[in-house]
Formats: sequence, structure tokens, C-alpha cells
Amino acid sequence: MIPHEQTFEAIGSDALLRRVGELKAGGWRLAAISAAKNAAGLELIYTFDREYRLLNLRLQLAGEVVKVPSVSAQFFCAALYENELHDLFGLEVENMALDFKGNLYRTAVKFPFGCTKAPAPALAASSEAAKSPAVAAANKGA
Amino acid sequence: MAKTIVPFGPQHPVLPEPIHLDLVVEDEVVVEARPSIGFIHRGLERLVERKDFNEFTYVAERICGICSFIHGQTYCQGVEQLMHLEAPLRAKYLRTIWGEMSRIHSHLLWLGLMADAVGFENLFMHSWRVRERLLNVIEGTTGGRVIFGTCKVGGVRRDIGPEALPGTLKELESIEKDAREITEIFLHDSSIKDRLCGVGVLSREDAYALGCVGPTLRASGVEQDMRALGYAAFDQVPFKVVTRTEGDSYARCAVRCEELLQSFEIIRQAAARMPEGEIAVKVSGNPKGECIVRTEQPRGEVVYWLKANGTKNLERFRVRTPTFANIPALLKLLQGCDLADVPVLVLTIDPCISCTER
Repeated sequence: MIPHEQTFEAIGSDALLRRVGELKAGGWRLAAISAAKNAAGLELIYTFDREYRLLNLRLQLAGEVVKVPSVSAQFFCAALYENELHDLFGLEVENMALDFKGNLYRTAVKFPFGCTKAPAPALAASSEAAKSPAVAAANKGA
Repeated sequence: MAKTIVPFGPQHPVLPEPIHLDLVVEDEVVVEARPSIGFIHRGLERLVERKDFNEFTYVAERICGICSFIHGQTYCQGVEQLMHLEAPLRAKYLRTIWGEMSRIHSHLLWLGLMADAVGFENLFMHSWRVRERLLNVIEGTTGGRVIFGTCKVGGVRRDIGPEALPGTLKELESIEKDAREITEIFLHDSSIKDRLCGVGVLSREDAYALGCVGPTLRASGVEQDMRALGYAAFDQVPFKVVTRTEGDSYARCAVRCEELLQSFEIIRQAAARMPEGEIAVKVSGNPKGECIVRTEQPRGEVVYWLKANGTKNLERFRVRTPTFANIPALLKLLQGCDLADVPVLVLTIDPCISCTER
């Protein structure tokens, strides 16, 4: 059995590219980029793996900061995660190696994860589907 | 030469689920592939704000209609980690057994689709016939065919009793015989080899750098399988990480075929070693803290990020599915391939869009 080590390391956006570059040079693999909206703003977690060990870089974006540099120059696969961050959270990621310009996810609600509370069912009223009498009645009931 | 864009999907005979690729072609050669997903994005991650942490097990299991059980299991393992709970040993063994049944079911489904994509209709039908028998075994032990519903925080909901276990193993042995026959035909058929050998080669360096996981990564020679972490009963049930070094389409298929057969052996070993005892522990209180949990789905490593604040609802639930991790590699594989090879290459990563659209 391999010990399931995982560490979290706080980092600022100015130091992100340097640290990610170090991890790339150290043979780490980008396993995921995750985000969560919180009261302070947006929290990003960059998860790296090397020989089953996990290292997580935690980047807290405060208040109005909605831009981060892309790490896709170091890890090409990051571009997909970064497009996801844009489409679901509304985060602007600068210099992505592959920019789908908001067309990776085709969601009915724009930036559905970009608020601290999940969009209420009534929000779906803006979508085409919600215009049907049955859905409108269901939303009213909810 | 002028470039043409050929739309591929979201509705296409080779795609079991909707993903769209804009294929930029010059003559018959693909020079670029631009994906778009989100046609069935359900936003399940945010349901965690409305369902309490126990109820959410059912939602997690519904992330995927193929590898559902392991999603539920991964979620439960994460919550147990946050609550400092340990599932009873018997429950861990049962999770291992059902997880491997899930892998067999998934790989047989893929094998049928792959055979269909290369025009081997007969093998497609036989794969799914055998899969149907496995679904009957799953139904017999869990009550469900695709959504097992047996995993819960603190253990499992059902047991496989001593009266049911021998019959289950006997039926699995018979299914294994059929599966072995089908995989041997698949792997030794000359026309299949012509379609797959040397096609879509992914080097070891590229597979690792592009963040590939599962059979896609292992077929390029990287020995990485999250079961080696020893979750569930994998610290007590021996298994060997299946790898190949060729990195081509055939190698990716061969890894899955070998893993499919290996899963029968894992189930046999787990059943033989499974101890008597409780199948769940009492759960009290609410989860607090954060953790990242990883397990090995049929398509590779799945990453869960759970964050809890001591209330009955988790603060954040995030899933990075194996297919999402393999899409960058798919884009690389498609560059420079013949248009006719696109369906085959797509299926060699065994895409599961339901998971990805969680």
C-alpha cells in the first residue's frame, strides 16, 4: 500500500507561474484544477501528482480579482481546465494555449458556478425550455 | 490546400454520448480537432448545497451510468476521511468486489463499442451478451443493474451472504470464460490489428505531460493505477498494474482487455479473503475539513475534492473525471490522423461524457 500523502500550499497569483514551472521541472503531473466560490472571492486549487503523492497549490483570489495567468505554457492540458474555469465560474485566464472563448461548455445559464449560491430553479426561466407552461408551473411550485 | 471543417457529433453512430468535435481537415487528413462539451451538463456538483452529505451518495453515484458504483464509493471514502470514520473490513471487501464488477461491465461495454466501430458487428453483439450476464450478477448481489445503490457513508448497505457467494463466483467463472474467448478473438484478429496497430501512437512522455490517466496512460508504458494506493481492500488483495509500451490504439485496447480479465481474479481473491463481520459503522455528526480522494475508475484516475464546514451540506464537491483528463491526449492523437480513423481513435480513450458532464 502506498501512503496517500497530500499537502496544501498557499500561493499568490504573482508566484503561480514560477512555482508551476518548478513542479513541471520536478516531474510532477497536473492532475486537476478546481475552483470554489467563497465569501472572500474565488479559491483555486492546482493539484499535482508525482509517484502517487499529491501537492495542491491553493490560490485565493480576493473580491474583484477575476484574472489569473494561464499555466498552459507549462502544462498544455491545463488549457482545458482553464476553459472550464471560464465557462463555469466566469474567471478570465490570460494567455491560454487553447482558448475556446466560452464555447467549451454549452450551459443554459451563463457562469452557473460563479455565484456563492447555486442558481435557483427560477433562473432557468431565462432558458428556452423554461418557457413551456409545464416548466413554468414547476418553477412556480418550487 | 483549402481547409474544411467536418462536424463530428454530438450525435454520431460511434458516440454513445454527446461530444462535439470540429475536425479541421486538409483532404482526408485531420489537422486540428476542436472539442465542445456541455450538451448535457447537469451541474451535479452544486447539488451538494441542497442534499445533505448522506443523501448526496445517491447523487454521486448518478454522475455516471457506467462506472456509477466507484463514484459513490469515492465520495463515501472522502466523507469518511473527513469524519475520521473507517468502514468495516467486510464492507471494504464488498466495495472491492462491486468496484471490479463495475470495471468488467464498463470494459465489456467498451469492447462492444470498439468492435462496432471497426465493423466487427458479431463481436459487438457477443460482448454485450456477456455484459448482460454480468448485469444479472450485479442485480443479484445489489438489486440494481447499473446504479448499485449499495455504498453508503460508513460502509455498505447490503451484504453478499454465504448462501449467495458460491453461486455468484460460479457464474462469474462462466462469464470469464466467455470474456476470455471474446478478448482473444478481438486481440488476434488480423483486420482489427490492421486498424489499430501503429495508429494513434502516444509516447510515454506525451501521455504523462498531457495528464493522461488509466489505460490511455498505461498503454504508453507509465505504471500508474490508483488501486495501488490501497483503498478499499486493495492493500490486501494482490494485483498487478497492466501496462504496454507501444502506446498505439492496439495497446490501449490490449490493456483494457487484460484488465477486464484481471478483475475476475481480483474478485475471486477478494471473495476468498473476505472476513466475517459488520458491513457498516454508525455515523454521527457532520463532516468538517477538506480532502482530495482518488480512485481508479475503468477509464482511469478520478479526483474528488471535498470541502466541508461542519454542517450537513458540503461546502464544495468537485469531480475531475478520467475522460476530462484524457481529452487533451485525444486532441493530440487526432492531429494528423486519417479522417476514417477518427471514430476508432475516439473510442481508444473510451470516452465517458456523462461523467465529464457531471
